[in-house]
Amino acid sequence: MTQPIIKLKNISYKLENTLILNNISGAIDTGTMTSFIGPSGSGKSTLFRLLNGLKTANSGHIYIQNKSIDTFDPIELRQLVGIVLQEAIMIKGTVYDNLSIPTQLKDETLSEEKAKELLTLVNLDPSILMQDARTLSGGQKQKVSIARTLVNQPTILLLDEITSSLDPVSQKAIESLVKDLHSRLGLTILWITHSIEQAKEVSESIWIMKDGQVIEKSTSHELEQTTNQDVLSFIKGENQ
Amino acid sequence: MTIQTLTLTLLFVIIPLALAYGLKLNIEKDILIATIRSIIQLFIVGYVLQYVFNADHLLFTWLMVALIITAATHNARKKGHKIKGMTWKLVLTYITVETLTQGILLGFNITPMTPQYIIPISGMVIGNAMVLSILFLNRFTDEVDNQFSQIELILSLGGTPKQAIHRQLMTSIKASTIPTIENQKTIGLVQLPGMMSGQIIAGADPIQAVQFQLLIVFLLMTTAVLTSVMIGFLVYPTLFNEKMQLITKDL
Repeated sequence: MTQPIIKLKNISYKLENTLILNNISGAIDTGTMTSFIGPSGSGKSTLFRLLNGLKTANSGHIYIQNKSIDTFDPIELRQLVGIVLQEAIMIKGTVYDNLSIPTQLKDETLSEEKAKELLTLVNLDPSILMQDARTLSGGQKQKVSIARTLVNQPTILLLDEITSSLDPVSQKAIESLVKDLHSRLGLTILWITHSIEQAKEVSESIWIMKDGQVIEKSTSHELEQTTNQDVLSFIKGENQ
Repeated sequence: MTIQTLTLTLLFVIIPLALAYGLKLNIEKDILIATIRSIIQLFIVGYVLQYVFNADHLLFTWLMVALIITAATHNARKKGHKIKGMTWKLVLTYITVETLTQGILLGFNITPMTPQYIIPISGMVIGNAMVLSILFLNRFTDEVDNQFSQIELILSLGGTPKQAIHRQLMTSIKASTIPTIENQKTIGLVQLPGMMSGQIIAGADPIQAVQFQLLIVFLLMTTAVLTSVMIGFLVYPTLFNEKMQLITKDL
């Protein structure tokens, strides 16, 4: 039986008296792909920031590989739980400069060969390595962004709405890349999407969030049988 | 200068007042307030300085320096009032800059230990440090606000707070010191510095005035860079908590 790699126990997060996450509990199994969907402001991105250690919950416990998140060194945690942020920020410089950020932070050097391998891994042409990163298309930037996070060799990969600003063709390309990475690297992947169809397409398990709470946890198949009115109205609204 | 000639200088107030009134610029009240305030403030400072110079006691001299530091801190802290411990960070910076510069000047006997030298030079040093800290805080708060995502990105990839904010910190230090450096590049070409002009008008030898002005120019260079670097390195850690999380972007 697969062991949970992430366990959440009664997680709440407040920001200036506004409850962003309200008593969230659940577990994510090792090596699985889980989609998080829900309307804007439902707390999905905040939950991901808690998992990566960019924020800390006001109450509750998070366990990563059975170890309380509070006991991790922040840097160690962020390398173990990699996050790709919604906005694919490219720092001034080449694609190589961007890919080598995680190694530079450790006072190490990323070899050109390794950088090209990473570009190939995310389905990019290695010849763009010395190209100005800011001239890349949105889809290319997002792929470089994924590759940059993979430099740290995370065990868990969080993808925060990485396709939301992309055209449908680029969205499909990222979708298949994520599925490919999941099967090839055996990573545990959590990703936020606004699209139920995308969630069904890529993941084994789907968490639906609303107003800071998880209102449904199910497989793609189970989701079709749901009788939860909140979930049905979200799906209905999403399909319109 | 006699009272009659001083009164005649008010012509330089009447000209902008007349222009403002004629063009309906609606700044007449501000011109009048500025004029009255400058007369009162400068005369008060003049009498206080006269008293301190006559007393010729170091205690009064350093009290004047303390007063200058207090006024500069009060003015500069308005910009960074949301930053934790901003007041003592400014005080510490100004005291360090003052101690270092006066230490060199007095320690090497470059200037004599008299209020006539200590007070005006301290005024220039701390005044410059105040402007520099405001310039730095202005730029730094903008940088953090506009590049919050980039700072968060570096943190998310396993960077320390210092690594995450390095780019914004260096940009702000550089940007705040540029005016001082650029100003010094053109010194004497575009305009004669105020202090040097004052000495020449008072009858000093121009070469000696230049030598003294050079001292001030170099002093202000140290002040500018030291102030920005110190404020920068004192301020950035307060933006993060012990878990290396960016606790605020609203500065």
